[in-house]
Amino acid sequence: MSEILIENLSRRRFLQGSAGLTLGFCLPAVAAGKLNRVATVNTEINAFLKIGADNSVTVMSKHLEMGQGTYTGLATILADELDADWVQVRVEGAAADAKRYNNTFWGPAQGTGGSTAMANSWDQMRKAGASGRAMLVSAAAKRWNVGAAEIVVRDGIVSHAGSGRKASFGELALDAAKETVPTEVKLKDPKDFRLIGKQAKRKDSAAKTNGTAQFTQDVFLPGMLVAVVAHPPQFGATVRSFDASKAKGIKGVVDVVQIPQGVAVLASDTWSAKKGRDALSVEWDDSKAFKLGSDEILARYKEMAKKPGLVAAIKGDTTKTFASAAKVVSASFDFPYLAHAAMEPMNCVVQLKADGCEVWNGEQFQTVDQGRVAALFGLKPEQVKLNMLYAGGSFGRRASTQSDYVLEAAHIVKAINGKAPVKLVWMREDDMRGGYYRPLFHHALEAALDSSGKLVGWHHRLVGQSILTSSPFESVMVKDGIDHVSVEGASNLPYAIPNLLVDLHTPTDIGVPVLWWRSVGSSHTAYSTEVFLDQVAAAMGKDPVALRLELLTEHPKHAGVLKLVAEKANWGTPLKAAAGERRGRGVAVHESFNSFVAQVAEVTVKRDGSIKVDRVICAVDCGTAINPDNIRSQVEGAVGFALSAALHGEITLKEGRVEQGNFDTYAPIRIDEMPVVEVHIVPSTAAPTGIGEPGVPPLAPAVANAIAAATGKFLHKMPFNTAELVA
Amino acid sequence: MIKLTINGKAHQLDVAPDTPLLWALRDTLQMTGTKYGCGQALCGACTVHVDGEPVRACSAPVSAVVGRKIRTIEAVDTERVGKVVQEAWRKLDVVQCGYCQSGQIMSAVALLTQNRKPTDADIDTAMSGNLCRCATYVRVRAAIHEAAKALA
Repeated sequence: MSEILIENLSRRRFLQGSAGLTLGFCLPAVAAGKLNRVATVNTEINAFLKIGADNSVTVMSKHLEMGQGTYTGLATILADELDADWVQVRVEGAAADAKRYNNTFWGPAQGTGGSTAMANSWDQMRKAGASGRAMLVSAAAKRWNVGAAEIVVRDGIVSHAGSGRKASFGELALDAAKETVPTEVKLKDPKDFRLIGKQAKRKDSAAKTNGTAQFTQDVFLPGMLVAVVAHPPQFGATVRSFDASKAKGIKGVVDVVQIPQGVAVLASDTWSAKKGRDALSVEWDDSKAFKLGSDEILARYKEMAKKPGLVAAIKGDTTKTFASAAKVVSASFDFPYLAHAAMEPMNCVVQLKADGCEVWNGEQFQTVDQGRVAALFGLKPEQVKLNMLYAGGSFGRRASTQSDYVLEAAHIVKAINGKAPVKLVWMREDDMRGGYYRPLFHHALEAALDSSGKLVGWHHRLVGQSILTSSPFESVMVKDGIDHVSVEGASNLPYAIPNLLVDLHTPTDIGVPVLWWRSVGSSHTAYSTEVFLDQVAAAMGKDPVALRLELLTEHPKHAGVLKLVAEKANWGTPLKAAAGERRGRGVAVHESFNSFVAQVAEVTVKRDGSIKVDRVICAVDCGTAINPDNIRSQVEGAVGFALSAALHGEITLKEGRVEQGNFDTYAPIRIDEMPVVEVHIVPSTAAPTGIGEPGVPPLAPAVANAIAAATGKFLHKMPFNTAELVA
Repeated sequence: MIKLTINGKAHQLDVAPDTPLLWALRDTLQMTGTKYGCGQALCGACTVHVDGEPVRACSAPVSAVVGRKIRTIEAVDTERVGKVVQEAWRKLDVVQCGYCQSGQIMSAVALLTQNRKPTDADIDTAMSGNLCRCATYVRVRAAIHEAAKALA
């Protein structure tokens, strides 16, 4: 887009985000972007809204679309307040800008994560739409010389009944942009929503079903080279020396350069670059490499778990309670490293220019990466233009606390002195072995029952690496040595237990890079707390739903989704099993990212121990349902994502080397393992929370509890060891 | 020079004979709808049709597809089954991140071309080579049934 932006500072700020927002309007300019797009004159009404002379409404998305439906959701909110026709609405990713496009929950940083996209944008996008609508109305009132109050806007048409005049948004856009930005706008009464809460169709369906959707992988620039990198076989190893003579002999290979991350082979195309990379002979210096295996890491964690950790949550007196308990139930749980394994392996395009740098990428931490790339090249952040493309999945991986793969691309460009634009392409094996995993965790839990059989004490100890330490968020989210995301879901246990202690060990000598993985801490805490609670219920002789409801007196939203899911799943009625098969129903409820999800899984266990999850019933409370169909879709997907981890997901190390490399050894579920999923949404007028992640945490514990109901065996390790279930 | 027939059009490509069809499509012809996911025929993101059969382009060297009819996602709507499948995908909003969906659609079109009324078991067999990390499988299944209805 070659738009000329004129900052109109006299215009008052109307969107009070944490970093404020300067509105501007823009002289119309011809959009020169894509070859296949019809050129149109686009007028910027505000930071989130452009209206084209062709009557198109373009919503600028400050959030990455990685599958979770943000483009559609954000556009739905704005378009509803604007009273646009959904057909005229399209969405564009906004170039990185910490001031205009910050995540209002995160201060002056643009970023997508923690299921915050809808929650932090709700007011902002409503106001942006309502403000745009008011400006269109003012422009029409002046043009027609009628009172603004008499003008009606509906489905993209501005009309005045008295004079019979009407105009499209496109016809009014230029005048509207000259109108004063209103200081206050009236937002719709929710009963008047025409798109919110309805079934607005996804805006990216067409492009993603005909091959035209643009991912980073699909970027081609004139003169661009493709880089494939030889990475060290162990984390922390470095290049000692390398011999590139064979690689350079491969047709298409242009250059071979050493970078801090390894050795990069640059070629005219991906296949040549890969052949070149594979032909490299590299000698690695492993003197600082991390050389432990997963088994050794876990053994260390189990030792650490014998001693008290730092206190993350405390209530009452657990020491006294456990000393005087009539019965103590205990269990420990092990969770492996997990790779995100998004379908689009990590990649990034970087081009150095005379006056700055341009990056093409689908990424979650736009302005963090922008700042890091700028620092590497000695530029100011605003000199780095970061173009937001679709991400082919991410699940947290493209929210790199260290900007790892983005910086790798930038380092390659630096190593060749910016002589060509570079597309860094990770092969699947680079992606699988590249680290930034969900951390391996060990949990130990104990519950105390008093002489009347009441649950009076709960002790939960966790051991695992910190994600936030040495990230840009450390100062905010690590307090008194406790990384909030290590204990989330455990330290805020919703159950009314009078004596509770949650403590944490954070090993600092494990050199495996770790990162948030869809639902972060809750990806393991929901499992240990919800499976252990069923184990406690069994010891108490109580029904799992009944016990939870007794303990959720202070948490009506948990109780609400739990009751709903129990009703929809016909909890308590028998499940029929075929001869030789065992069947069971299990439940779990969990809050994450301010959303509440309960799930009931129906599972069949065969004689050989193999498991089939037949059906999962879900109840969700995520506030106002902006797009109910997208909520269902996200929860369906979350069930499959979580089931992959429950059944198969495991990254293991041996002598510091990752043992998995591709989808044969790290196997997400396929269609034949996907259960039937039913999603029920609790009606709500509360502000929307998130739905990208909250469907993940309850799935594995619900399945494990169903397995226990079928077999009597509680599984204490993920992925599940089905050998324990042989009849 | 390698001669390939793609979506009914003849192309001359200056690539090594061992180059996988995937990279010839993507890098040489810049037909980027076909995706790289694994390079080992494990994920199906690169599925194209060769003489009507679903083939993983990442593992098919160009030398093996000379003289055969190659069809990619870019031309999927030029035949009725492809168009109907694409419409079903849109009607049910199957996609999430979308990266695997070209491959999913190409596999679904191949299935429905040979079997107008696939059962769930048929769908499992035909589609289990196509990974979707967003796990859109519920809707992939529903969209295939939807397309089958429309084709009936």
